[in-house]
Amino acid sequence: MTPVKDNMIEVRGLRQTFGGQEILRGVDLDIPRGKTLVLLGQSGGGKSVFLRHLIGLLKPIAGSIRVEGEEIAGLDERELEPVRRKIGMLFQDGALFDSMTVYENVSFPLRERGFRDEKVIRLKVEKALELVSLSGQETKMPSNLSGGMRKRVALARVIISEPSCILYDEPTAGLDPIVSDTINRLIRRLQSHLHVTSIVVTHDMISTNHIADRVALLRSGTIHFEGTLADLHSSQDPVIRDFIEGRSHEID
Amino acid sequence: MKFPYSFPLTRAFSLYMGQASLLAWETLTSILAGRIRWRLVVRQIVEIGFGSQAVVIVTGIFTGAVFTAQIFFQFNALNMSTAVGPVVSVALFRELGPVLTGLMVAGRVGAAMSAEIGTMKVTEQIDALRALAVNPIDYLVVPRAVALMVSMPLLVGECIFFALTASYFVATRILNVNSVFFLHHMEGYTHGKDIVMALTKGFVFAIIVAIVGCHQGLSTRNGAVGVGRSTTDAVVISSLTILMVNFFLTMALNIVFPAGTARY
Repeated sequence: MTPVKDNMIEVRGLRQTFGGQEILRGVDLDIPRGKTLVLLGQSGGGKSVFLRHLIGLLKPIAGSIRVEGEEIAGLDERELEPVRRKIGMLFQDGALFDSMTVYENVSFPLRERGFRDEKVIRLKVEKALELVSLSGQETKMPSNLSGGMRKRVALARVIISEPSCILYDEPTAGLDPIVSDTINRLIRRLQSHLHVTSIVVTHDMISTNHIADRVALLRSGTIHFEGTLADLHSSQDPVIRDFIEGRSHEID
Repeated sequence: MKFPYSFPLTRAFSLYMGQASLLAWETLTSILAGRIRWRLVVRQIVEIGFGSQAVVIVTGIFTGAVFTAQIFFQFNALNMSTAVGPVVSVALFRELGPVLTGLMVAGRVGAAMSAEIGTMKVTEQIDALRALAVNPIDYLVVPRAVALMVSMPLLVGECIFFALTASYFVATRILNVNSVFFLHHMEGYTHGKDIVMALTKGFVFAIIVAIVGCHQGLSTRNGAVGVGRSTTDAVVISSLTILMVNFFLTMALNIVFPAGTARY
């Protein structure tokens, strides 16, 4: 096992149920610091639910989540705030504040962290928007943006506060291949330049091949596979082969 | 302890009261801890307080006018037409002003709060706030609660002022009540404690509208249908709560501020 000090997040025995159905049945996973871990799995398999636990948006019914050695599973909302300042999350649909402009959305984390100098805020917002190829869109409202643009604005809102770890929930879903590639390159760049730890939930194998340092496969509420990208592709496990090759065994 | 909780309605009521009390407690501790975003409070005062004026003024004018007419029709038969002023005034300060303002604000502001926060809930904007290390109670509930607690007593005062003005014109210009006696009796029977009672009730109703509206919004589920249901529930629950709490407030405040007699 990877030594404790090299892990940004350690999850042990994570369990969660919704409406009597067990979604997570004891997930054990280490997320190495400064690496990108891609979490694969079927739709409705609990990947996003798992991701939400890492930032305390959901409380597990059992298990342990340690962020930089600190147990967060039992913390209340206020105690979670310092942890959340270290971890950013990109939501599946962006979750932009729809009553604010793009500029107000992206500058929001800075203002909440006490930034008051409008010049500094503007510079940082412009830089963040440039990183996601959305320069000049500051005055638009989220309702006037396409789904892909909303997601990129949301990503700009995440990276502006320079978190040491970013959770991505389906970052490339619904985006065209070129924009997807921009996002993939950005995830890669954040990891290589700023050593940001990333956990990416996705179905997109092209994206996985581009960004993953490590890959995990969530199946039936547990981690079925965890290893490098090379391990994934060389695996002969039929479940993994089916997933990579997109084969279904369901009877019509 | 199983008996009372075995009824679904009792359980739902207990759960609701528990959640609403917890929200009220967390809001109070945030306010006392000084976690107040004054910029948002001012914005909410403009939206909630300033924006509610038209509704409250129209309510006040027509309530004052119709109440004056009805009291006059009854009292004039007894040759007591100059008593219309004090009756209308005391009734407006102690009951009608705060209750009607509370109901109108519950309809306008409670619904808006619930719809806005509810939409944020179902579109993951509340989770986005939490993920950005911003407490939704501090950011959404506290500014609305503070704004309402500031605005509502002022709106109650405004409602009563316009109601009394309408009452004066209806009584003296349409119903030919002697204006000197009308004002003299009105002033003689209206005390400072009646005004304090009106403002106290307005303050309490502000807390009810804010907590019920925000609680409904924060507990919204199931998309657009859920937002609609939360909005309706916010208006219904806050209106009924205002009417029920008003009775108990009247009984309690009447001990502290008993209804007075004439000063002459």
